[in-house]
Amino acid sequence: MSMKIGKTKEKKAGSPPPRRTAREAWDRSNDKLRDTMHSLGFLGPSVLGVAVFFIVPFLVVVYYSVIRSPMNPEFVFLDNFKAVLQNSSFRTAAKNTAMFSAIAVPLAVVLSLALALMLECRIPSKSLFRTFFLSPMMVPVASVVLIWQVVFHYRGTLNVILAGFGVDPIDWLNGPYCLLVIVVLFLWKNLGYNMILFMAALNNIPKELLEVADVEGASAAHKFFNIKLRYLSPTVLFVAILSIINSFKVFREIYLLVGKYPYEGLYMMQHFMNNTFENFDYQKMASAAVLMALVMVALIALLFKVEDIFGKDVEG
Amino acid sequence: MKKNRYFGRFALTLLAAGFALAFLMPTVLTITNSFMTQSEISANYGKVFANVSGSDGKTYISETVNLKFIPDKVSLSQYITTLIKSPDYLLKFWNSVILTVPVVLLQLAVASITAYGFTRWRGKVRAFLFFFYVILMLMPTQVTLVPNYLVSDWLGLLGTRWSIIFPGAFAPFSVFLLTKSMRRIPGSLIEAAKLDGSSEWQIFKDICLPQCRSALYSIAILVFIDYWNMVEQPIILLPDAEKQPLSVYLSTINSSEVGLAFAIATIYMVPSLLLFLHGEDYLVEGIAHQGSVKG
Repeated sequence: MSMKIGKTKEKKAGSPPPRRTAREAWDRSNDKLRDTMHSLGFLGPSVLGVAVFFIVPFLVVVYYSVIRSPMNPEFVFLDNFKAVLQNSSFRTAAKNTAMFSAIAVPLAVVLSLALALMLECRIPSKSLFRTFFLSPMMVPVASVVLIWQVVFHYRGTLNVILAGFGVDPIDWLNGPYCLLVIVVLFLWKNLGYNMILFMAALNNIPKELLEVADVEGASAAHKFFNIKLRYLSPTVLFVAILSIINSFKVFREIYLLVGKYPYEGLYMMQHFMNNTFENFDYQKMASAAVLMALVMVALIALLFKVEDIFGKDVEG
Repeated sequence: MKKNRYFGRFALTLLAAGFALAFLMPTVLTITNSFMTQSEISANYGKVFANVSGSDGKTYISETVNLKFIPDKVSLSQYITTLIKSPDYLLKFWNSVILTVPVVLLQLAVASITAYGFTRWRGKVRAFLFFFYVILMLMPTQVTLVPNYLVSDWLGLLGTRWSIIFPGAFAPFSVFLLTKSMRRIPGSLIEAAKLDGSSEWQIFKDICLPQCRSALYSIAILVFIDYWNMVEQPIILLPDAEKQPLSVYLSTINSSEVGLAFAIATIYMVPSLLLFLHGEDYLVEGIAHQGSVKG
């Protein structure tokens, strides 16, 4: 399961005989050639497609990000990046997106782990609960957005309920709480999926280890932090990365709930990108995309590093 | 002590039930509301959707909405109107279908041969290539949309469905997942077929694909729901309202048609919910096998 990508675990059975005849050497190199040809045949179409639709244009995007304009290809290096970083809508979008991810991702990890632990305990009709928790991921955002509108509207259900407790109505989608609302929608949609990942990982923890801990009288907390969490660390990493990616998709909810021009607190990176597309502002678009790609790579590298430190002793 | 444990289990079950209710509620409400009459919906939610279309509603705080579970009178009128009288929505539904289905089929086809390539032959270059696919898979839409837009522009695909279908066909997501499940196939199976004189294509088609059937199914569900739900790509690559899928169009519905909205929303859920109910076990198994990003 946790075999690393680079580490090929092919057995070197029947290591090469000490002296190769010319014939054998010929066969061998022929085999190698044939393997290369075959692998080219299978990998080729996809590599070609990825190159055409992602890599080559992305290189052009990088190129666009360092020139003045497609008409006037003067090399300006970091000027476009500086301009984007100083652009106030970009800063708002970056701030909101980062803030959203910073709140939503840790919550998504912790709460889905909690749900998985809950279903690990002995409660009746587990599989039914699993189905219920997983179901939101299969509901199109566009379908359920009507209900969210009714719930979070200024005169909506939530405020009606809160009024029963004497709380003044809150404008959920156009005020300081707007990000929280979106966090709730995000968790609603994504917790089930993450929970399944954690349930599978919990299942893979060697039972003997937990039994030994029981015999030695370890507390539940000790078992959780010193055994389970160690084994779960690759999954925590995976769920975190997955949640980060999904947190960028929350634009869907926001767009469908409040449209193209939301309250400032909900102005996300995708809104900014949409505007640059509409204005054909290639420089802004290109440098924003490059910046974002760099941030993603840095973030993923960081998470891998963290996981390496925590999960070292159980890898293998 | 024992009593305590029973109490704990009871509390936990109660908690789980509470969560389950919260998870189910929006979906169930959408469905039940779709059976209301137009007048009942207007009475219940008119205020909310009137506000959406622009008028300032903050002045009448007393008139609140009323989220209702069960319609006063069960009626199919919304469905009848949607299905018969306003073909516009059916057209948008069809748009969703002809965008999503080709992407799912093509992506799985491309991914399965690619996954076989990554499973059968290792080595430094291919390991690096695979790593590269993983990085690409992790890139958010905000990043990949820009290159997609440029190519579509160069190839003259902008504004056509192909601008979404082509990049979708080559998206590395399925490659990653399928490679993981193909690598679990015992090597002896492939060796045996090789000794029998099967060609690589035969090994792929007759051994690897059947072994990955459940993985293929679960990946198909995941890709389907992602594209069935898409918003970012169509608003940029398909600005033509005629061609937009229902996932985008549904939000543009105006207040006079709120009644229809619930029915359309429900119709829109049906394919993905059916897939879910039918393939849940495969889906769960498929998700569970993702394990970690590290391969």
